[in-house]
Amino acid sequence: MSNQDPTTIEFGLNSFGELATDATGRQLSDAETVRLIIDEGVLAESVGIDSFSIGEHYRPEMMDSANHVILAAIASRTERIRLGTSVTVLSTQDPVRLYAESATLDAASNGRAQLILGRASATESFPLFGYNLADYETLFEEKLDLFVRLLREQPVTWSGTVRSPLTNQYVEPAIEPGSIPTWIGVGGSPQSVIRAARYGLPLMLAIIGGQPSRFTPYVELYHRALEQFGHPRLPVGEHSLGLLAATDEEARATHWPIWKHVMETMGKERGFLPPTPDRYDVETRAGALFVGSPETVAARIAETIRTLSLSRFDLKYDLLQMPRETRKATIELYGREVIPRVRQLLAEEPIDVYDRV
Amino acid sequence: MSDRDLRLGIVGAGKIGTTIARAAIAAGYDVAVSGSGPAARIALTVDVLAPGARATTTDAVVRHADTIVLAVPTHRFRELPHDQFDGKVLIDAMNYWEPIDGEDDELAAAPHGSSVVVQAHFPAARVVKSLNQLGYHDFEERRRAPGAPHRVAIAAASNDRQALDEVLELIDRLGFDAVDAGDLAAGITLEPDGVAFGAAYSADELASSLRLDPVRF
Repeated sequence: MSNQDPTTIEFGLNSFGELATDATGRQLSDAETVRLIIDEGVLAESVGIDSFSIGEHYRPEMMDSANHVILAAIASRTERIRLGTSVTVLSTQDPVRLYAESATLDAASNGRAQLILGRASATESFPLFGYNLADYETLFEEKLDLFVRLLREQPVTWSGTVRSPLTNQYVEPAIEPGSIPTWIGVGGSPQSVIRAARYGLPLMLAIIGGQPSRFTPYVELYHRALEQFGHPRLPVGEHSLGLLAATDEEARATHWPIWKHVMETMGKERGFLPPTPDRYDVETRAGALFVGSPETVAARIAETIRTLSLSRFDLKYDLLQMPRETRKATIELYGREVIPRVRQLLAEEPIDVYDRV
Repeated sequence: MSDRDLRLGIVGAGKIGTTIARAAIAAGYDVAVSGSGPAARIALTVDVLAPGARATTTDAVVRHADTIVLAVPTHRFRELPHDQFDGKVLIDAMNYWEPIDGEDDELAAAPHGSSVVVQAHFPAARVVKSLNQLGYHDFEERRRAPGAPHRVAIAAASNDRQALDEVLELIDRLGFDAVDAGDLAAGITLEPDGVAFGAAYSADELASSLRLDPVRF
């Protein structure tokens, strides 16, 4: 039983490769956006952010389809920042290929690679790679089993239904067991929480709507399941969206039209109504949108870290057609002001991470 | 109201099933929950996420209650036998989302909504379309006592008048104003792409979006 040391909490940034705009409102090209993300990863290190993670999508507005390539480019220009995925859509990846890419990134970056494995809420990768979405559970379960074994116990002998079997197989480059931190990303499925516990992998909660405190029972479920499976306590993290500016008013005025447009587009695809200003107000004051001045957002992050006993907090800073200067301001304020302030707030009133639940 | 009326069964121990279970426990219901397979598989989930509810099998859920919420992944409801819910009030809380469930030709083409397809699969169940229209975090955060300000509304649709009335009362007990949306085919208005889907409306707003009068208790 020990208190969480605020200096060891990981503060990360997440990008989904969203197309940006320049100062004139022109949308950057696909390739320009890829280069922007590489620059942003370098910036993230220079302002003191602990990790930089990139999603995996196959959509016209998202340039993160090959996240390991972008991460490798960032690795070559940085020395300290950890480089991860947020998330890797494991169900439609070949675990052997994923191992090779991750282990190579880890080697190239001198041990800075990490992963979050999950489903993501977008599902374009299933038809793209020839999978049936209805097989999602089996695909994820079997591929997770194989991938974890490749990480932990080579040579691997494995057989299943979703790919060809392996017999006494080594895959290079070799890594030390446990040297690539691998998290499971969940959006609220209890069975996914239990699966993370069963494999003894840390848990990343995607909290993109509603009050983060709503996830408290999921943290308890995770801890209780870890106990049942005989694993020690493992870290829990949160991924949420946000934007930082000098004042709360400026942050909201900048963020609202961009977020509204994204939600309207997603609403058309998935059949829900566009968000109202009232809803936005609730989400930014007490919900899952970390939008505001550094002081406001730091206080909200510190609160959610305490409430959910978090060891990691990742802020997704990019949204479709957000000006590059706005993205840059968020990264700079997050690294230079928010993170030190959150650590200070947590040091002033320590949390009993392991005693909470 | 007899004790029998305060029993609720929930088939599906995912995020929706456990969220509804929590609300029902808070409302004083005796709740039994099943997942796919043996009770032990969901015992911890139910114990932590819906304390007070009982984890059991689907057959035992059916024996437990006359009103049952169906909250399994939409692409899997056909795995349940046609006669599983004979005579029961069956609340269809599922939504068909092609991006989530994969392509389902029958559901995608259903001219009167997915609950009509569910009714066809369970011909002797008294199907009511409801509890599907709010996101689960809205469902969790917006429960209020009757008469409380800013109470959000949930609609229900069914061809069985008595079943519909029972579900409207359940909605009120769970913490929401209840709106009668009409017959089962009208349930399409509560689905993705429907006028009321995902909206945290008051009863008046919801009724007017459906062009109906709200039911009040």
